Amino acid sequence: MTDALINLDGVSKTYPGATVPAVAELDMEIPAGEVLVLVGPSGCGKSTTLRLINRMIEPTGGRIIFEGEDVTDVDADKLRRRIGYVIQQIGLFPHRTIAQNIGTVPALLGWDSNRISTRVDELLETVGMDPAVYRDRYPKELSGGQAQRVGVARALGADPDVLLMDEPFGAIDPITRDRLQNEFLRLQDELHKTIVFVTHDIDEAIKMGDRIAILEEQSRIAQYDTPEAILAHPTSEFVSDFLGKGAILKGLNLKRTSDITPERIPSVEASATADDARRAIAASSDGWIVVTEHGQPRRWINQEWVGNGSAFESAGHPVKAVVGPDNTLRDSLELMLQSAASSACCVDENGAYRGVIRIEDLTEFLAAMQLAERQRQAEAGAMSP
Amino acid sequence: MDGLASFFEYIGRQSDDLLTAGIQHAIYLVTVVVSATIVSVSLGIWTRNRPVAREFALATASVFLTLPSLALFVLFIPVFGLGFWPPFVALFMYAILPILRNTVTGLSEVNPAVMESARGMGLSSRQILWQVQIPLAWPVIIAGVRVSSLLTAGIAAIATLVAGGGLGDFIKEGLSRLGLPNGIEAIWTGTVFIVLLALLFDAMFVLIRRLTTPAGLR
Repeated sequence: MTDALINLDGVSKTYPGATVPAVAELDMEIPAGEVLVLVGPSGCGKSTTLRLINRMIEPTGGRIIFEGEDVTDVDADKLRRRIGYVIQQIGLFPHRTIAQNIGTVPALLGWDSNRISTRVDELLETVGMDPAVYRDRYPKELSGGQAQRVGVARALGADPDVLLMDEPFGAIDPITRDRLQNEFLRLQDELHKTIVFVTHDIDEAIKMGDRIAILEEQSRIAQYDTPEAILAHPTSEFVSDFLGKGAILKGLNLKRTSDITPERIPSVEASATADDARRAIAASSDGWIVVTEHGQPRRWINQEWVGNGSAFESAGHPVKAVVGPDNTLRDSLELMLQSAASSACCVDENGAYRGVIRIEDLTEFLAAMQLAERQRQAEAGAMSP
Repeated sequence: MDGLASFFEYIGRQSDDLLTAGIQHAIYLVTVVVSATIVSVSLGIWTRNRPVAREFALATASVFLTLPSLALFVLFIPVFGLGFWPPFVALFMYAILPILRNTVTGLSEVNPAVMESARGMGLSSRQILWQVQIPLAWPVIIAGVRVSSLLTAGIAAIATLVAGGGLGDFIKEGLSRLGLPNGIEAIWTGTVFIVLLALLFDAMFVLIRRLTTPAGLR
């Protein structure tokens, strides 16, 4: 009960008439301010487990402890108003505006309309939607991605400490999903909510989770650990089967390019003089430099392209692999392979050049991660009798 | 052309009686539709989580609708006497099924994801009913009310047989004078004005639906 916000204490659910429980005596600690991902094959009871926490499904055994308080028998409606809930199908109220949707729980809690209105605008900003444009629209006017942003904003309505998310990005196209995942992670960096996130997709679990619980049938925990530890040391055949092939590569999903310091290969603006370019090339480790336009990487050039002129807009080779701060190292690798380059330019959120990562950086990262995990396991092994 | 001219001439001569009969007919329509709406919607709401009661109510309302109207009107005479009440009760029984059926359908067909998210945010079942289910079912309920009002407008013509008045008076009179002057004109008058009245009410419901349907559902 140290820093766990929610404790499941022997929680079980047996449906009437069923011989085997859907969830059998589950003990789980949900740490405060972290994203815990419940992942497992379909039918393992992960959604049921999630729904037991806010008592959408009433447990048939065990206790649920929420912020130190036993909430197994309190008024379920009141409990749910303290817990954000996001589902795959979103379920926005079609007859209410976006603003009314987001203000649902604040209204239930009796906030006055000014406070609700301010909160709604704040939340729309938070999820990257212009309040002036969207607050008076209706759900049918939104795209799938926008609707799920509103879904998340609505769940955050009364600023709950806990969010429960049941495959929130499962029904969204892969490109939008990726963007929503990144936005969500950035949001979580600011908000530090306690989040329980259900998915069947191990890649999503690795990307989103601070901790992952891999569940077997009847919601039995096969392994509960950090993504790094699970990838490096699956504790059972079930877990390694579930991780599938390429567990090492999946490790690249764990880091975003903003987490690493790219090599600062010298750059010049396209309008720079030939002398500037020569100086930069002299300072470069391999003779190549980056040409930027308004700070954004555009082309690679080396000595050959520096003549007497100073126009570098069309000199050298175009920069094809550009990775933003939200992209994972896995994304970077993908881009490098696609553009047949062994390096990618990192940019910040405004698209400004930060430096270059190379394929070797990725292999080094993987090796370091594996080594660190092995050491950690060895230490843990040495400490236990 | 002669027929049409004598039809309008007949209407002109009978305008006072026509107005009285039209008002009587409209009174049936309004009282029946309003009372059937209140009862059917309440019944639909009450049975929304009671499948057995719901099926029983629907079956009963279906049986009502199959009872021959001519017989029913007359059978009520010993109970309610002549005049307004036998037709009112019979029409009320007929008007239940369309509204009840649509209320049940409307409430049960609310998107399960919307229900799930409403419950997940902590709306009580009463709040879900009034803030989510009824607003979403409303266009479907109104559609049922429209069907009932059309049904009532037509069947109310039989009220005349139990001295209940209404535009059926003209049809009865025409039938009794068939072959005599103005027989056909009387039947046409009754029929045409019943249709006009039905269309008037229907247009009113279109307006009501437009005004009361939340913008997001239009």
